[in-house]
Amino acid sequence: MQFMLLFSRQGKLRLQKWYVPLSDKEKKKITRELVQTVLARKPKMCSFLEWRDLKIVYKRYASLYFCCAIEDQDNELITLEIIHRYVELLDKYFGSVCELDIIFNFEKAYFILDEFLLGGEAQETSKKNVLKAIEQADLLQEVNYSLSLSLPHAVFMV
Amino acid sequence: MRELMVRAMYCEMLGYEADFVYIHAIKLAQQGTVLEKRVGISIFLKQNMYYLQDLQSTNLIEVCMALTVVSQIFPKDMIPAILPLVEEKLSHPKEIIRRKAVLALYKFYLIAPNQVQHIHGKFRKALCDKDPGVMMSSLHIYLQMIKENPASYKDLTGSFVTILRQVVGGKLPLDFNYHSVPAPWLQIQLLRILSLLGREDQSMSELMYDVLDESLRRAEMNHNITYAILYECVKAIYTIHPKAELLEKAARCIGNFVLSPKINLKYLGLKALTYVVQHDANLALQHQMTIIECLDHSDLIIKRETLELLFRITNAQNVTIIVEKMLGFLRLCNDDYTIIDLVGKVAELAEKYPFTIWFIQTMNVVFSLGGDLMQPDLPSNFLRLFADGSESEEQDRQLKLYAVDSYLAVLKGDCSHLPQRFLQVISWVLGEYSCLKEDVDQQEVIRLLKKLLEQRGVSSETRSWALSALTKLCKGPGYAELALELAESLSSSLDTVLRQQAHELCLLSQDSQLHARVLPHPAPSDNLEVDSSLSFLDGFVSDALAAGAAPYKPPHQRQEELSQQRALSLEPYGLSLPVTMSSCTLTDRQSPTFLSMSSDLSVLCVCSANTLMLEGVKRVWGKDGYIPQKEPSLTPAAVDEPSDVVQSPDQQGAAETSLPEPEPEPPQLDQEKQQLASSLFVGLGSQNSMSLLGKTEVAVPRFRRKARQHESASTSGTSESSSNSSHSSRSTTDSFLYGGLLEEEPATPIQNSYHTLNSTSENEGAATVSAKEDKQANSSQILGKSIVSQRNCSKSLPVAFPHSSDSMVLQLPSELQELPHSDVVSLTSDPHLSVSCCRVFREDALLLVLLLFNPTETALRDVAVELSCEEPLMLNTEEYGKLWLSISNDVKQNLKLLTGGGDPLRATLNALKDSLQLHIVDIIGSEGIVACHLLRGGPCLMHCRVHGASLAVWLRSPLPSLPDCLLYHCQRALQEH
Repeated sequence: MQFMLLFSRQGKLRLQKWYVPLSDKEKKKITRELVQTVLARKPKMCSFLEWRDLKIVYKRYASLYFCCAIEDQDNELITLEIIHRYVELLDKYFGSVCELDIIFNFEKAYFILDEFLLGGEAQETSKKNVLKAIEQADLLQEVNYSLSLSLPHAVFMV
Repeated sequence: MRELMVRAMYCEMLGYEADFVYIHAIKLAQQGTVLEKRVGISIFLKQNMYYLQDLQSTNLIEVCMALTVVSQIFPKDMIPAILPLVEEKLSHPKEIIRRKAVLALYKFYLIAPNQVQHIHGKFRKALCDKDPGVMMSSLHIYLQMIKENPASYKDLTGSFVTILRQVVGGKLPLDFNYHSVPAPWLQIQLLRILSLLGREDQSMSELMYDVLDESLRRAEMNHNITYAILYECVKAIYTIHPKAELLEKAARCIGNFVLSPKINLKYLGLKALTYVVQHDANLALQHQMTIIECLDHSDLIIKRETLELLFRITNAQNVTIIVEKMLGFLRLCNDDYTIIDLVGKVAELAEKYPFTIWFIQTMNVVFSLGGDLMQPDLPSNFLRLFADGSESEEQDRQLKLYAVDSYLAVLKGDCSHLPQRFLQVISWVLGEYSCLKEDVDQQEVIRLLKKLLEQRGVSSETRSWALSALTKLCKGPGYAELALELAESLSSSLDTVLRQQAHELCLLSQDSQLHARVLPHPAPSDNLEVDSSLSFLDGFVSDALAAGAAPYKPPHQRQEELSQQRALSLEPYGLSLPVTMSSCTLTDRQSPTFLSMSSDLSVLCVCSANTLMLEGVKRVWGKDGYIPQKEPSLTPAAVDEPSDVVQSPDQQGAAETSLPEPEPEPPQLDQEKQQLASSLFVGLGSQNSMSLLGKTEVAVPRFRRKARQHESASTSGTSESSSNSSHSSRSTTDSFLYGGLLEEEPATPIQNSYHTLNSTSENEGAATVSAKEDKQANSSQILGKSIVSQRNCSKSLPVAFPHSSDSMVLQLPSELQELPHSDVVSLTSDPHLSVSCCRVFREDALLLVLLLFNPTETALRDVAVELSCEEPLMLNTEEYGKLWLSISNDVKQNLKLLTGGGDPLRATLNALKDSLQLHIVDIIGSEGIVACHLLRGGPCLMHCRVHGASLAVWLRSPLPSLPDCLLYHCQRALQEH
């Protein structure tokens, strides 16, 4: 997979993940172009697109478009399933996910994505395992956070 | 701080630049708590840097995060630093760490394959990992490696098959199931690997048949993910060595895809079909109706894929309709990438069936639709096909007439919107073939082309095509006026190519003979040969040099000299122009004041500053080489872009007109100049010899190919002078030879050989140092366009060649008296013998006539004359080292090593020393250094090293051609041994 983009129906970019090195300028250009192309397509149309020498696989969930770029030889259907699994993961983590969840907790969305896809390849396909890893990380973070909060207090008290 | 970071991150996400926070993010990530680390890490994912610390951490999650970051886009040069740590993690007890480490390594492999080469063994271990997750991750690496080199992983086929069988059989933990399909990602990965391994390999394929069959059978549930697996299966089945039973099943599968109401599946079905029809075109027949339906589908992507499929099944019967469909799609399409692709495909199809009117029509549409986006070789391919024509003469004619007609019609309409490429093609065809059509008035064609030429919005390249078409058409006296008018209007054009062409047009229209010769009709279809060494200009150049012009030097050499000059800092006012050797040589002889004056002058003015009478010498060589003058067509085409012109198909039309068109004057002019030069320099020769020698040698690289020919053909004594004489004034050559003779003659050994004098002089054609000045040959070569000049230098002269004439009276033989010759000069005399010398200039050679006068009574039996120009150079090792570094012309070559007992190196060098008069400076171990120099010229240093059975020789000399020459003689000397 070359990159993954999430954008709203209004064309606002919500999340982007690039697995190939590109300059910011290129990224912006690609994003703009793709958002336009994908938004122009009708709902009944095919979820695959040929774009430059890449294949774009996209799917719409509620008001969000999930859009992946893969190489020509890659399997389009399995990419669709990757998108689907990611949505499932988000859904499970946030509990019936909506666009706002991703806007406000974008870092979590990124963490989940990183846990699921690594370097553009599916790393862990089990829902349970991904969420377990995320929860563990969250927990560690909480503990650390409360520690760091309480530490100055302690010093102050003394 | 953290808050700010989060905000910065948000800015970044929205696409604003937030580079300035990166450094703070790094700080935060390094010192902070986990939360801060996470924030810091996510902010500069693309800049990621120091995770060494985290990688070494004992905290599982910290390690996880570090690995996650590492497998993002990672800078190549950081890999070595981090690789050992990641490698270590491959044997971590936790599978999640191992998995991430493997994926990180996969990423490294993608970035820099050679850096992870040493851990291929560990990949195998990962493949056999007890955790399926780790094994799955390792498959990514294997897929990549097998893609690059399937042959070296064939032994793994068995294991992959076993794994797949286990997966399909549901042996994996339930965790891996996805919608109750066992590990689909893993299956697909394995299928892809297997198809790569089984391609064109029957034995491997046989291992797979069973498991593929099982996969097909198991994947029957009606869900996207099973379709994905099925699709991959089908692809695998058609990739590997075919098995009828499986193929049948796969075909049925494809049928299901294509017929599916789901559009995604339909698309995949078409894609699979496209892939499959290469092997079995009949499959497409079964789905004819579906394909037709898809062709009219509202979704462009489906249509596009269908066209792709049709493209694959094109044959002579259906090509017309398929191309029509494709063109129809092209008209609708507005995506550049698709247009380029489709245009290429249409053209490919059309070119399979040329020589029909349909072909022309199709190509016309292609050109007008594809426009300037298409691949640049398309138009030239078309023109080539068109020009080559078919077997049938009549059909050919018809076709060309049709094309001319259609293009005239196009031009008559509004052609402002047409793509430039199309206009170029039109111009070429009209220029070439419009004369085939009798009923069309040439004036009309010319008028249209002129209109095109004057039209606004036409690129200058197109203009030049149009103009060359006009040039072809404007033959005969009737068009002189028109040509003149055109030339006048364009002669002030800003585009130099157009101006040049206009000038050519003007000249050609006046001389119909020349026109016919330069632009023969029909245009020759075979490639024109271009002499990139510009040997046809040699004569011109040598005359110019003879007339005192400074020789050409390649820019790097000028740079070098310039820097040398700077180092000397002789000039008070730095000169930014590269100062040539000629002014350098002046420094040796002239006063400093004179130098500063002469170096301020540009290159050629040096000649006049030299106070030689050189009126009438033209400025021929400038800073960047030859300064074109008088013969615009001769020089720019040849000097500026000798290879471009013909090689780039785009300019073919232009090349035809801009190829050398000689003008009648140069040869005569040259001869006049030559005579002038030789008469001017006769007296000056000897005192000038040093500096001229230095200069002329520098010019060699440009004409190296030719100079080499002489060198290989002539002997040690003569080669130097011959390469000189081919492009320098004769006086130089002469004086140089003088020098050689003067010194060598007394030492001439009188040997006992059985040559009679007369016969030798006749046999050898006298001492021919072939100084060829073949102006006439040049011009004829240019006209004939066979420019690669072959000079017959096969005559090999012996090192010692006696020749003489009867010399009671010091007079030349009668057959030589007619030729221009110098005075007879006495070289040496003693009571027994006196030797005189005379130079005779023949057209193809410089004859050196030695006159021997024998006043005594005894009969002179045999005479051997040895001409030599080189002698040992006495140096010690230290001086040698210094000299070596100061010289830049390098030649390296391997020589044969003499193996006759003792130290082979010493034996070889001694042999060379004996035969070539070299000085062996030193022999250290397996290396030896040798030196020699020309009598009046520069030194040549030789560095030899024993290398196996051969001797690696490295020569350096300030004179570029000396090493080559010396090398040749070394080879000969060793062969004789």
